[in-house]
Amino acid sequence: MKRLTKEDLLNAKKDELAEESKEWINVGYSTCGIAAGAQEVLDVLRDEIKKRNINIPIKTSGCVGKCYAEPLVEVCVDGMPRVFYGKVNKNVAIQIIDEHIGQKKLINDHIYESDTIAKKVVFVQDTDTGKKKRLRDFCSAFTDSLKKFDLEGKVEIVRVADSGVYNRGIVVRIFPDDFLYSGVSNDDIDRIIEDSIVGSKKIDSLICGLKSKQLRIVLRNCGIIDPEQIKDYIAHDGYRALAMVLEWDDPEKVIEEIRRGGLRGRGGAGFPTAVKWGFARNEKADQKYIICNADEGDPGAYMDRSFLEGDPHSVIEGMIIGGYVVGASKGYFYVRAEYPLAIERIHKAIKQARALGLLGENILGTSLNFDIEIRLGAGAFVCGEETALIASVEGERGYPRPRPPYPSVKGLWGKPTVINNVETLANVAILIYKGGDWFSKIGTETSKGTKVFSLTGKVKNSGLLEVPMGTTIEEIVSDIGGGLIDNKNIKAIQTGGPSGGVIPTELHNTPVGYESLQKLGSIMGSGGMIAMSEDDCMVDIAKFFLQFCVDESCGECAPCRLGGPQMLKILEKISEGKASLEDLDKLRQTSMVMQNASLCGLGQTAPNPVLSTLKYFEEEYKMHVIEKKCLAGKCKELVSYAISIKECARCGLCMRECPVDAITGSKKEGFVLDDEKCIRCGRCFEACKFGSVVRY
Amino acid sequence: MITEKSDQDVSVVHEIVGRCRDIEGNLIKILHQVQSHYGYVSEAAIKEVADLLDLPTAKIVEVLTFYNFFKLHPPAKHNVAVCMGTACYLKGGETVRENFNNALNIKDGETTSDGLFQVEAVRCVGCCGLAPTVSVDDKVYGAATKKDVEKIIAKYSNE
Ligand SMILES: Cc1cc2nc3c(=O)[nH]c(=O)nc-3n(C[C@H](O)[C@H](O)[C@H](O)COP(=O)(O)O)c2cc1C
Ligand code: FES
Repeated sequence: MKRLTKEDLLNAKKDELAEESKEWINVGYSTCGIAAGAQEVLDVLRDEIKKRNINIPIKTSGCVGKCYAEPLVEVCVDGMPRVFYGKVNKNVAIQIIDEHIGQKKLINDHIYESDTIAKKVVFVQDTDTGKKKRLRDFCSAFTDSLKKFDLEGKVEIVRVADSGVYNRGIVVRIFPDDFLYSGVSNDDIDRIIEDSIVGSKKIDSLICGLKSKQLRIVLRNCGIIDPEQIKDYIAHDGYRALAMVLEWDDPEKVIEEIRRGGLRGRGGAGFPTAVKWGFARNEKADQKYIICNADEGDPGAYMDRSFLEGDPHSVIEGMIIGGYVVGASKGYFYVRAEYPLAIERIHKAIKQARALGLLGENILGTSLNFDIEIRLGAGAFVCGEETALIASVEGERGYPRPRPPYPSVKGLWGKPTVINNVETLANVAILIYKGGDWFSKIGTETSKGTKVFSLTGKVKNSGLLEVPMGTTIEEIVSDIGGGLIDNKNIKAIQTGGPSGGVIPTELHNTPVGYESLQKLGSIMGSGGMIAMSEDDCMVDIAKFFLQFCVDESCGECAPCRLGGPQMLKILEKISEGKASLEDLDKLRQTSMVMQNASLCGLGQTAPNPVLSTLKYFEEEYKMHVIEKKCLAGKCKELVSYAISIKECARCGLCMRECPVDAITGSKKEGFVLDDEKCIRCGRCFEACKFGSVVRY
Repeated sequence: MITEKSDQDVSVVHEIVGRCRDIEGNLIKILHQVQSHYGYVSEAAIKEVADLLDLPTAKIVEVLTFYNFFKLHPPAKHNVAVCMGTACYLKGGETVRENFNNALNIKDGETTSDGLFQVEAVRCVGCCGLAPTVSVDDKVYGAATKKDVEKIIAKYSNE
């Protein structure tokens, strides 16, 4: 490979940099995709293509974020729209080859996203769950009507799996005009055909006003490019920001641009990146470092993994620019050892960047020298904290160190060190490329740009999403997440992981931003967002997070080492129905001590989940303390189960599920549950399809 | 705390240390490579690393025990890691863990008598979208039901 110069990148037209094929199949090949079966799909696709002598390349890419629909396959062939097929298995893979590519026919029930289509095609989906028959009836009525209009065979009806809107009845998307209608009933069919299919007229009363809330800036390449091909990244404007920066030859100008953009750290604290870089730049030292914090400690969040698996070069580019600005010649990736695929992709990316002269000596033909080494974490949450991380890179136990001095003054091996989160660095190149003014137009007054969240928990569409700062929680959960599984009511959203807090439903109109979430007693954190339903107990959640912090406390300072277990004990008492109201005060008091006196962020923020659940769900705590009841049924000591003989369908499933033989009886006589023997695991309750096992 | 025979062939440790000798802060890097080769860090390996780097063994043990990722005992043939991250916890990770332990008749951290399986709880493998998840030797599965658990065990029992 030939080494590139900055002129190559600045002057090149896209197509000179990479030979993009016009037709391709792209398989989402990230940890989650593979876990869902992407390997088998890839093998089948390759086999079938070979067998049939089809000349279409099969690529792999990272994750587009629709984790609920993995494995995902994107198909782009002549004469067909670009389509994302989801939940692809062996059969669907074969259908893709036979029908989509062979017969140019779209496949039912698996389309999750599509370009607009130039032909007369109608997409239909019932966006309310569990209404299969309704959609069937609708489709046959539609076909009948098409006959009436003499359009049979001339309009293709396709059932899609995801139209991007949720809980809005039957949704119809009509091509080529790309009208999206929601809440459509059988009575609307004739009108739709007449106006919008025969004619080209929009029916205003049916238009679904919903626009996509997502804005993919940092995720722009994830799931689109092949992360193992540097040329793919370059063809998508990659490394141009670096070339621009080197052309400017003025680090201060870079800092100014980032300041104008208003970029703040995405690792949790939201510290302005320009200020951090400025501090390190102003330090005089023979050696400085930049570290990418990819320790991603929040259990239940995986934004950083997705960046590294899907678009590692964007992070590397941000690091090189950062290194150049502060005067560091060496960078470190500190990555969780639990992310083997991400590690492998960074390895490859670094190697390819070196080969092209983007890392190493005389980068892009200039005098800049900068290289990157990977260091693996080893399963300690506290090592996500910057000073502990530094200790760990030095090969020591990951004990946090008192600040000041801050790492930008005295960091790795005592040298000025910049530590940035993966997503922060992934924002740098695009900010420079498009300009600080462009960046600062996105978002709110104090929180600029977008934020990537991993939305998980009880939500229907678990996955990664990116929205402009200022989007409300409600919009994220309902319009993108599709609401909760089984249409349960949402009880709270948790952000910020073990350092964050819960936000109750009545506050879900809050726009996301650093300050707005902090005001509610939570934090933005690194982007974990977890939806909880009525089935989740807030005492239990508080206990879960606190247990995590207790397990992960390094034990260095007393407030955290002693305060955590003390609070945990109280929470256990509460969930066992053995606490008094004074215990709630004790929780608050201990929290305050931990917040004020702990050495590092772990201990300082560990009480947040407890305090925020106490703040918004005090009644639920009191219910546990006074009435000794856990309505969600999670606190085992506070629930009992019984079988209602009247409703019992005598199927015997509960008896088979019970792990301790507490249920006896026969199909003839019905079943009874022995409260003495019952261990309150709730399996019978969940197993019973007739609601005959009651919890009280 | 540290068990294991000391007659393990430690020649690879030599190679690893040789490769990393000039790297600053190399200890954790070396231990990662030792574990990735042997599956765990044995007493013999610790002694060897200590000798080669001229460090007290206590120093190495201190680092090893701080980090959850390092294993001081030989692993079972298949390591079942049930995710207890938030997303998985909410979706019944606890039950998945019980299901595995019951099906294999062991407790957390134990190894089955045939040496085939051990079950441990881990935190978020980054596949929260498939929660509750379990990874067996680095391969991740969504494992919501008892049936899934049985299937996974069956798959690896025959390998
Ligand atoms: C206990 C604890 C855990 C942390 N874990 C992470 C982490 O996993 N990833 C991360 O980027 N920052 C983490 N941080 C924040 C870092 O200390 C640091 O602020 C951040 O990496 C700075 O990058 P930024 O300015 O780009 O946000 C953690 C902080 C604390 C106190
Ligand atoms: S919480 Fe289990 S994979 Fe993330």
